[in-house]
Amino acid sequence: MASKAEARSIGQRLLAAFEAAGAVEVTPDILQPAEALLDLYGEDIRARAYVTADPLRGEMMLRPDFTVPVVQAHMAEGAEPARYAYMGEVFRKQDHRGAARVAEYFQAGYEVFDREDPEAADAEVFALFAKLLKPLALSATIGDIGLLRAAVEGLDTLPARKAALARHIWRPKRFHRLMERYAGLSPMPESRAALLAGARSDAPWIGLRTPEEMTARIAVLQADAATAPIAAEDVARLDALFALRCTADRAPAQLSDLGIAALAPAIARLERRLAALDARGIDLTALAFEASHGRATMEYYDGFVFSFETADPGFPPIASGGRYDALTRVLGGGREIPAVGGVIRPGLVADLGGLA
Amino acid sequence: MSAIKLGVPSKGRLMEQCFDWFAARGLTLKRTGSDREYAGAVEGAEAVELVLLSAGEIPRELAAGRIHLGVTGSDLVREKLADWQTQVADLAPMGFGHADLIIAVPACWSDVDTLEDLDAAAHAFRAAHGHRMRIATKYHRLLREFLAREGVADWQSVDSQGATEGTVKNLTAEAVADITSSGETLRANHLKILSDGMIHQSQATLFAARSADWAGLEAPFAVLCEQLGVAKPLL
Repeated sequence: MASKAEARSIGQRLLAAFEAAGAVEVTPDILQPAEALLDLYGEDIRARAYVTADPLRGEMMLRPDFTVPVVQAHMAEGAEPARYAYMGEVFRKQDHRGAARVAEYFQAGYEVFDREDPEAADAEVFALFAKLLKPLALSATIGDIGLLRAAVEGLDTLPARKAALARHIWRPKRFHRLMERYAGLSPMPESRAALLAGARSDAPWIGLRTPEEMTARIAVLQADAATAPIAAEDVARLDALFALRCTADRAPAQLSDLGIAALAPAIARLERRLAALDARGIDLTALAFEASHGRATMEYYDGFVFSFETADPGFPPIASGGRYDALTRVLGGGREIPAVGGVIRPGLVADLGGLA
Repeated sequence: MSAIKLGVPSKGRLMEQCFDWFAARGLTLKRTGSDREYAGAVEGAEAVELVLLSAGEIPRELAAGRIHLGVTGSDLVREKLADWQTQVADLAPMGFGHADLIIAVPACWSDVDTLEDLDAAAHAFRAAHGHRMRIATKYHRLLREFLAREGVADWQSVDSQGATEGTVKNLTAEAVADITSSGETLRANHLKILSDGMIHQSQATLFAARSADWAGLEAPFAVLCEQLGVAKPLL
């Protein structure tokens, strides 16, 4: 493995390149408030953060990534449009052994907050990363969580079902089980049937959850049971969408062929993004598109997603990123700004021989 | 001469059942000295040395290679050792010390019987109370891996090293993940087990440490494995 000094030196070069592209360096604290910020991450990062107690500031954590503190700083005081860069350590507990599974590593990142032309900003970040990583001959994959969200939103069924499915886009197993339930493809559990027939427990009420919360959920289940199942052909179309993989140049046509009307605006955005990538010299015939890319791993991304990987399966992605508009809404207290960015791991770049 | 160090639980029913299991295979394990002294001896096998330890410490001692063989619950090995198969080899389930690691919720929750229900209830709970549904446990790794695999969201674990079944009534958790054998304590505390909430079915298991120094012990280990009727693992 590369030494920390090598990794840091590559990180500094990446930082300089990000600054040359117009970014201002930001240096968030290593110690971040835990309670408020941890809630914003998905289960994975949340479980892996090092949390400690501070006598004055309460629960603090070693920063598990930069995006959330950078968004927070921007929402508090940033002017628009803004481009930020950073380089430093992040800390994540590792549940598994293995040389690439380090608990402390560098990230060099670039984030763009610009509401003028989101697809151009997507292309700007991706093309910058592609140029910097070119000597490593990595394979790049792009996806778009926005397509998946649009397809779910376009289903002809109860809003409550769509909300439950949208919540689990990032958890494929639960998503598909729910889809089977709503499509009537899996048998109703006996306990659910009994509940709907009026069965109630006579155990004493304990705990913080209230009887009203139970009543509200039973009403949701009753409304669900009274609604027609999601049509089998709609389920099949969604399955085909989730399984779609092709080269980026063919993605819009293949997506249109799925016959999901609700996808049209998201496909138009994808076409604009691809045109912007093409204009920046990205070869779309050599770029992989996967509709489910980032689904299981990148919870706060809600639009464009990308990663750069090496052929060695022992390596995690060398670089990854995407669009996280919803995160800015949560941190902005009512305000929001389209935001896209990504990180490169300088330590992994060093392991692969450096930037040449 | 070096010896195969065998770690077994130092007291209680687990120790007795463990001694019985080895006795049935021709190995007499016994405590030596006074009742309170944790020293032991082995008769009926060459080059095996008995080490009496707290059952909870045996996974760590195996991982560190300070003992060659150890008897402990399969739940504890999975909870305490990352990628446990890379650290220890599973020689034999021993048929006692059965306990199920399960998820239980208040029995009064008529609308919650499955993980799907738990997930939906947790989501609504978080919106209503401003924090994730809390699950009290000391099995943080097993619980997290299980719920991540099953795609359950909006929960957090809170640490509970004892009297876990009481945490719901005491309002420090909404649900529990704990071991149970008969389920009686759960029922007494007005809790019920989720129908698909079985995280792990544990029992006392004989493990071999991969990182222990086996040099010069290959031959006696082969003899011991044959005597115990277990396949000799690749370490």
